[in-house]
Amino acid sequence: MKITFPHMGNVYVVGKILLDELGAEYIVPPFNNKKALEIGTKYAPESACLPLKINLGNYIQAYEQGADTILMVGGCGPCRFGYYGALEKEILNDAGFNMDIIILEMPNGNLKEFLNRVKRLAGGFDIHKIFRAIRNTTRIAKQVDELEKLTFKIRPREIVKGSTDRIYKAFQEDMREARGYDQARKLVEDTRRELLSLEIDRSFKPLKVGIVGEIYTTIDSYTSFYLDSKLGNMGIEVERPVTISNWIIDHIIKSALHLPRDLRYVEAAAPYLGKMIGGHAQETIGNAVLFAKDGYDGVVQVYPLTCMPEIVAQSILPAISRDFDIPVLTLIIDEMTGEAGYLTRIEAFTDLLEKRRERTTIEENRVLSRS
Amino acid sequence: MKKTGYYLGVDVGSVSTNLVVMDEDENIVYKLYLRTCGKPINVLLDGMKTLAGNLEKDVYIKGVGTTGSGRQLAGAIIGADAVKNEITAHAVAAQRMIPDVNTILEIGGQDSKIIILKNGVVCDFAMNTVCAAGTGSFLDRQASRLGIPIEEFGSYALRSQSPVRIAGRCAVFAESDMIHKQQTGHSLEDIIGGLCEALVRNYLNNLAKGKEISEPIVFQGGVAANVGIAAAFERALGKRLVIPKYYDVMGAYGAALIAKKKMEEGKGKTNFYGFETAECSYKSKSIECKGCSNLCEVIEISSDGETIARWGDRCGKWSAQLKSATGDGSLM
Repeated sequence: MKITFPHMGNVYVVGKILLDELGAEYIVPPFNNKKALEIGTKYAPESACLPLKINLGNYIQAYEQGADTILMVGGCGPCRFGYYGALEKEILNDAGFNMDIIILEMPNGNLKEFLNRVKRLAGGFDIHKIFRAIRNTTRIAKQVDELEKLTFKIRPREIVKGSTDRIYKAFQEDMREARGYDQARKLVEDTRRELLSLEIDRSFKPLKVGIVGEIYTTIDSYTSFYLDSKLGNMGIEVERPVTISNWIIDHIIKSALHLPRDLRYVEAAAPYLGKMIGGHAQETIGNAVLFAKDGYDGVVQVYPLTCMPEIVAQSILPAISRDFDIPVLTLIIDEMTGEAGYLTRIEAFTDLLEKRRERTTIEENRVLSRS
Repeated sequence: MKKTGYYLGVDVGSVSTNLVVMDEDENIVYKLYLRTCGKPINVLLDGMKTLAGNLEKDVYIKGVGTTGSGRQLAGAIIGADAVKNEITAHAVAAQRMIPDVNTILEIGGQDSKIIILKNGVVCDFAMNTVCAAGTGSFLDRQASRLGIPIEEFGSYALRSQSPVRIAGRCAVFAESDMIHKQQTGHSLEDIIGGLCEALVRNYLNNLAKGKEISEPIVFQGGVAANVGIAAAFERALGKRLVIPKYYDVMGAYGAALIAKKKMEEGKGKTNFYGFETAECSYKSKSIECKGCSNLCEVIEISSDGETIARWGDRCGKWSAQLKSATGDGSLM
């Protein structure tokens, strides 16, 4: 059994460390690329959202390298993603790719079936091994997310432009080769040191932008046209509250163990959206409010075309923009690989934020000189 | 005596390529509106030749700005001092013409935009996302299908007694709706009138949703020439539109203004290669980089066999190579 799994930003680190620790054989598909998108578009239903298409591309590219089993997460969440694993299996079989799929979910709360699937992955039921694998996977997820957050801070301040991108890209490549938790942890630590040793402009006060939206397109840099690094290289510090470790820890582990979760976003969203309506809409709304309250300069929402929860969120965002006087830009991603349109919007948004800051500074000075 | 300087603004859009020459007092002294016809490089060079032929010999270009979807390409070929996105360029130009402008409606060839200003600062904008239904190229296509010159398209709409209802959300649906209505016997005027209303409805529902449209409202971009669309906007909004004199080259004008500001701040020398660049031959080719799984599409522009610009690579492998080879210090 050679396992593979779909890409979504740095999720492959989490996937591979989990499988390393469980002692399973696996193939990491090539990073998201045009070819994967082309393959996915060929086999997926036309109106499906972009993540499904890229998932299929990942599987088929891994199949070509010898993978025969897919590890995918699922769930009965109210977004169609919960059903993608099952759907993808059908599509692959129809297209003649003989691949099996293990979906990690609890079908109708059936714990026994869930454990059976884990057993299949782990090749037995060594509770210590499984426990250690889960612990180390969670740890690495957190470390990688923290490393990414560090790039958000360093990139706008670096003296030699492009340094952060170079180091971070090398890290992502090297991570493909790392084996097991210890090696992965060391690589994260070395990269962190390298980033911290970069020369930065400490007096520079960057504009701050919060990124919200659908999880796949916000986390996966390939699909968002490297939005976070683009903004960073324009001298903007970004923040992205929806992360993989957060998803694993808050949504899977804490809710399975009935532990208290960080629900600040639910509270912040409440005046605008009082319920979970699927996907990450409530996070989008709640986090946009939190960003506004924390003094961020702007918010960017990203989602794949036809994403229902985010369409609802998009229609609520103007109210937040008005109430808190914070600019919001929405980027909708689909199969187009032409970047020009996105770049135009991002640049214009940056111009807008800079002009607003200039104006605020002038007004503050005026108030000061009057008093 | 000090030589008077001029500024050049270039807007390479999907449908039109516009060039503007502006004097020190920010007056437009010469403007060109050309069809891009899918060949941005050739049209740009033709435009440069026309400019060179029509301007006085001693015209001294102090700064160059480019904008539009082909801004990078144009900037590389003629040597730009400022390369700016078209949203900012349009806002700058509108503000220069109508200083207290609050709303800018801009409909170009392939995209449409709305820009909202508050106290003289852009505070919100939107651009059509995926479909080109409400834009100039769609109107162009319908005009040629109906055999009417695009310049007269709007006046047909004005003669309409009772405009028919046409679906404006999608270019394909709009066209089949139009054909359907035409086959059932509606007059051309009513169909065109209906189309104008549908486009305006779509624009307001899609782009302007949730935004406050307050006067003064400036309507610019190539489609502002269409009196039918302008009338439909005024009916739907119940407000007056201001159409600036140079509505069709506002992007290029904005780029020239931005270049002027930049040169005045920087006091540097312009990057402009001169009008002679139009005599060189330019070639562009795309290479698919196989360096990693990103498979970037790298564009290479060469002038008389010498590579002058490369872009499209995420890691900078191709673009950086060129900069070091030519000793360009702009990397720092």
